[in-house]
Amino acid sequence: MTGAELVHLAYLASVALFVVGLKRLARVRTARQGNLLLAGGMLLAVVITLVEQGRVEVTWIVVGLVVGAVIGVWTVLRATATSMPQVVARFNGFGGAASAFVALALFWDEVVDAAGSGTAIERLGVASAVTVALSVVIGGATASGSIAAEAKLWGRLTALTRIPGRSVLMVASAALVLAAATTSIVVADPGFAAGVVVVLLVTSAVIGLVAVGPVGGADMPVMISLLNSLSGLAAAATGFALGNTLLIMGGTIVGAAGLMLTRIMCVAMNRTLWNVLAGGLGAMPSGDDASAYEHVVSSDAEEAAMVLEAARSVVIVPGYGLAAARGQHSAAELADVLADRGVQVRFAIHPVAGRMPGHMNVVLAEADVPYDRLVEMDRINRDFAATDVVIVVGANDVTNPSARQASGTPIAGMPILEVDQAQRIFVIKRSLSPGYSGIKNPLYEQDNCAMIFGDAKEVLDDLVQELSAATA
Amino acid sequence: MNGTLLLSIYVLVLASFLGYELLTKVPPMLHTPLMSGANAMSGVTIVGALGLAGVTSGAVATVMATLALILATINVVGGFLVTDRMLSQFSTAKDRR
Repeated sequence: MTGAELVHLAYLASVALFVVGLKRLARVRTARQGNLLLAGGMLLAVVITLVEQGRVEVTWIVVGLVVGAVIGVWTVLRATATSMPQVVARFNGFGGAASAFVALALFWDEVVDAAGSGTAIERLGVASAVTVALSVVIGGATASGSIAAEAKLWGRLTALTRIPGRSVLMVASAALVLAAATTSIVVADPGFAAGVVVVLLVTSAVIGLVAVGPVGGADMPVMISLLNSLSGLAAAATGFALGNTLLIMGGTIVGAAGLMLTRIMCVAMNRTLWNVLAGGLGAMPSGDDASAYEHVVSSDAEEAAMVLEAARSVVIVPGYGLAAARGQHSAAELADVLADRGVQVRFAIHPVAGRMPGHMNVVLAEADVPYDRLVEMDRINRDFAATDVVIVVGANDVTNPSARQASGTPIAGMPILEVDQAQRIFVIKRSLSPGYSGIKNPLYEQDNCAMIFGDAKEVLDDLVQELSAATA
Repeated sequence: MNGTLLLSIYVLVLASFLGYELLTKVPPMLHTPLMSGANAMSGVTIVGALGLAGVTSGAVATVMATLALILATINVVGGFLVTDRMLSQFSTAKDRR
C-alpha cells in the first residue's frame, strides 16, 4: 500500500468520526461527546495532512496554526452566552472566507504566478477551474453575509434594512459574477485573470451583503443556518478544486445538514425559505409606534409580586430581551423563589425565541435552570388556560395573538405561545416598541395584561426582592 | 470525464444524502450547539489551506494561503470550543437537578 493510499484510508477515519460525531451531537445525552468526536476527526485530518506533506516549508504553516488558534481561543473566552449567535456567525464567515482564500491561493499559484501563459482551464482542468471560481463566489458571499448577520445581531447595519432596487442589484451582481467567473477561467493573460478574480471576489461579497442586509432580525436564525450550510458548500467546492475527497465529504455533509436545520427552523416559524430570502416581512404597516396602542395598563414589580404571592402556577416566557439584559440568573432566581413557595413554575420555550434556534435553552442553561422547568411550545400551550400568571420577559412576536389570524399580518400563521389565554399576564419590556416583525401586539391591550416597563434584569431582581420580603 | 472526477461526484451525492438524513429528529435545545458544531466542521477547509501554505511559491499566493489557514484555524478551534462551552452549561444544569 502506498503512502497516498494510507492517507486516503486515514481521511476515511476522519469522515467516520465526523458522521458519528454529528449523530451524537444531535442527542442530548451524547452531545458533548459528539462534539469531541468531531474535533478529534478534525485533528486527525490536520495531522495526516501535515504528515503527508513531509518536508515542506513549515514557517507559514506554524504561523497560521498558532495565530488562528490563539485568536479562536481568545474570541471564545471573551464571548458571553448572550453573544453566542454573533460568535457563531463570525466563525462561519471566517470559514467561508478561508475556503475562498484557499481557492484564490490555488489560482495564483497555478495560473497567475505560473511561467508562460495559459488559461485556468488548461492548467487546472475544467472541473478544478470551475470549482475554484465557485469556491471564490460561495466563500466570498458567505463571508460578507455572515459579517452582515453578525452586525445585524449587534443591532448595527440598520442602513441596509432598505436597499432601493435590491432585486435589480441582485440580478446585476449575479450577471457580473457569472461573467467574471467565466472570464477568469478562460483568459490566458495572467495579469488580466488576476484582476478578474479580484472583481469576482468583490462582487460575490456584495451579493452576500445585499442578500443578508434586509433580512429581519426574527429571520436571523434561519439566515445563519443557511450561511452555515453555504460555508460547507464552499469547502466542498474547494475540495473539488484541490481534488481532496475529505474536503468534498466534510463540506457536503455540513452543507446538507445545514440545509436540513434551515428547513426545521423555517417550519418552526411557518415561513418559507424563499419568503425569508425575499427580504424582511414585506412592507411595514405605518403607525406602529406606542401611539398605536390604546388603554395599555402599566404596572410595577410591587403589584406583580402581590399577584404572584397568590398564584399557584406561573409560566415565565423568555425572549431576546432577557438575553440582552443578561437577566437569565435573575429569572432562574425568581423561579427558585416561587418554587420554594410551592408554586408550580415553568419556562415556556418558543423554538425561535431569541436570535438562534434553541437560544433560550443556551441562555437559561447558563443560569443553571433545571431541565424539567423548560417546556416546549407544543406542550405548554395546552396549559396556558389553567395558568394563574404568565410573565413575559422581553419576548414579543412569539406571543402575538394576531399570528392566529389566517392572513393580513406579516406573522400570520406562525405558531405562537398562547399566553393570552392565561388568567393574568405581566409583560416585562423596555417600551412598547414593536418586535422584529414590526407589528403591534394586541396582547398588550388585553384587560388581564399589564406592562412592567424597564430593564428585564432590574425588574426581575425587584420581583425576587419583593417576593423574598413577603416570605420573610 | 476522468475516473477521479466521477468518483468525486459519487462522494458528493452520497455525502449530501448522508448529511440530510443525519439530522432528522433534533431537540430544539440542541439546534444552536448543532449549528455551532457543524459550523466548526465546515472549517475542514483547513486541510486545503495546510496543503497550500507549505508549497506556494509566489508572495501573493503565500499570503492568501496563510490567511486562509489562519481563518480556518479560528473557525475550527473557536468553533469546537464554543460548542463545548454551550454543551458544558447544559450538563451543569442537568447535574444540579
